[in-house]
Parts: sequence; C-alpha cells; structure tokens
Amino acid sequence: MWLWFYKLASPPYAYAVAAKLRPWLLWSAIALMIVAAYGGLVIAPPDYQQKDAFRIIYVHVPAATMSLSVYVVLAVAAGIGVIWRIKLAHAVAAACAPIGAWFTVLALATGSIWGKPMWGTWWEWDPRLTSELIQLFLYLGYMALRSSFDDTQRADRASAILAIVGVVNVPVVKYSVVWWNSLHQGPSISKLGAPSITSDMLWPLLTMMLAFMLYFAAVLCDRIRSEILKRERNASWLSGVMSTRAVGT
Amino acid sequence: MADFFHMGGYAGYVWSCYGLTLVVLLGNLWFARRELDSQVLRATRRAQVSTIPGSTTSENAS
Repeated sequence: MWLWFYKLASPPYAYAVAAKLRPWLLWSAIALMIVAAYGGLVIAPPDYQQKDAFRIIYVHVPAATMSLSVYVVLAVAAGIGVIWRIKLAHAVAAACAPIGAWFTVLALATGSIWGKPMWGTWWEWDPRLTSELIQLFLYLGYMALRSSFDDTQRADRASAILAIVGVVNVPVVKYSVVWWNSLHQGPSISKLGAPSITSDMLWPLLTMMLAFMLYFAAVLCDRIRSEILKRERNASWLSGVMSTRAVGT
Repeated sequence: MADFFHMGGYAGYVWSCYGLTLVVLLGNLWFARRELDSQVLRATRRAQVSTIPGSTTSENAS
C-alpha cells in the first residue's frame, strides 16, 4: 500500500496512470450523465410545489457539491505538498483550481436561473449565495496568486497557505442554510436520516453527482499531466517518453 | 413530447440550465485538453532538440 503510494507520487508513474485512467473515467461519466438526465427529466415526477422547475436540481446540486468537494481536494493536496514536500501534491492542487472554479460558476448561474421563477429574483445577498460567491473568489484568488510568481516552488507554498486558510469557507457554505434563516431551501438529502424526496427523484440526483465526480477525475487527469509537463520540463524521463511516443497519447 | 419540452411552463429556465451545464462541461474538458496538447507539443520539441548530437541545452526549445 505504502509502496504503491510512493510510486504514485513519482511524476513519471503518475503521468502514465493519469493517461490510462482518463478514457475510463470520462466514458463512465458520460454514460451516467445520460442515464441521470433521462431519470431527472423524464422519469422523476414533477414537484408538488415547484412543478417542473425543480428539475434544475439535477444540474445545480451536483455542480454546487463539486464546487466544495474540489476545493477540499485542492486544500488537502496543498497541505500534503507543504507538510511532506511532495511536488506531485502541489501539481494536483494547481490542477484542481480551474475545474473547481468552473463548477462554482455553474452552481451560481443555474442557481440564479432557478431563483428567478421560484423567488422572483436572480440574486439575493443571502448567506448561501454570498458564501458560494466567496467560494468563487477563493478559486480566482488562488489562481491569481499562483500566476503572480515566476518560481513554481514559491507559487506552490504561497498558494497552499491561501488554500488551507480558505477551507473555513466550505462548512460555511454547506451549513449556511441550517445556521441562518436563508431564502435558499434546506438540504433535500443528508447522510443522517431519511432523505426528504421520493426515490424516483433521488436516484437521478445521486447518479448525476457520481457522474460529476467521474467527470472531474477525468478532467483532472488531463490537468495533472499538463502540470507535470510544466514542472518536469528538464527531467530526463520526459525526453525519453516524448521521443518514443506520438503526440497526444 | 411537446409537454416534455414545455416543462410545465418552465421550459426557458430548465433548458437554459441544462444547456449551460453542457457548455461548461464541454468547455472545461476542451480547455484542459488544449492545454495538455500544447504542453505535450512543447515537451516533444524539447526532447527532439536534446537528442540531436552536439546540442547540450534543452532550454532553447521553448
């Protein structure tokens, strides 16, 4: 187990693994997304209050969940990079940022489109919405801080501090609807206790969440490989790989 | 079928959300791929330069 972990932390091995895993992750994500979209748009019955508008949940909730999960992955990777000085961990953290930022944009945009018919407004300075907007600024700040350094190692360390401190916003977003009296509706599913929606509505949501995770992993594979190529530009293993293999594999 | 596209009067909201999601997911995938392709190309060029006899610096390739 530990041996495998050490092996994975070596850039040449991680590069090869990411390349192999990517198609499997991507195709299973696409397949699950199609199934979940069919379940959410066709099979699930309309909500008794929100009618068909509730179907936005199948893209909004997975995007919002990923905006937080990706940040946790980013912060944990950055933490590992700082504590154990593993270069690959910093590469993973840097690779997470643009993907997480896009999920956050998607969550805010679909939430806004959902808010218009349900609340009568595109935007409200509500705890959930405001904290999710701060989440977007955390991603953007992280990326801006990284790009302000020419030296990759300094960029890694400085941005890791920001990433770790920024983690406090994750529980604030997650529990904002519970802690404060929010315009945003409460959670429909929770790990403890029974979900408040019927199984015909629930399974497409859970399937879509799984599909988004696999999709994230697939895109992460590409982004990690880019990061490795940037960081290892003078490594001897790289010229070996590049001179024997065709472009794009 | 018309009912399905109508979405009980919420067609504009529901379909714009799904369309937007598709665009963002495809865009994300495309951006990552394009970045990887350009890095692979750069690394390949560098590898070619460094394997030419007589050239000792791989820095010139970028």
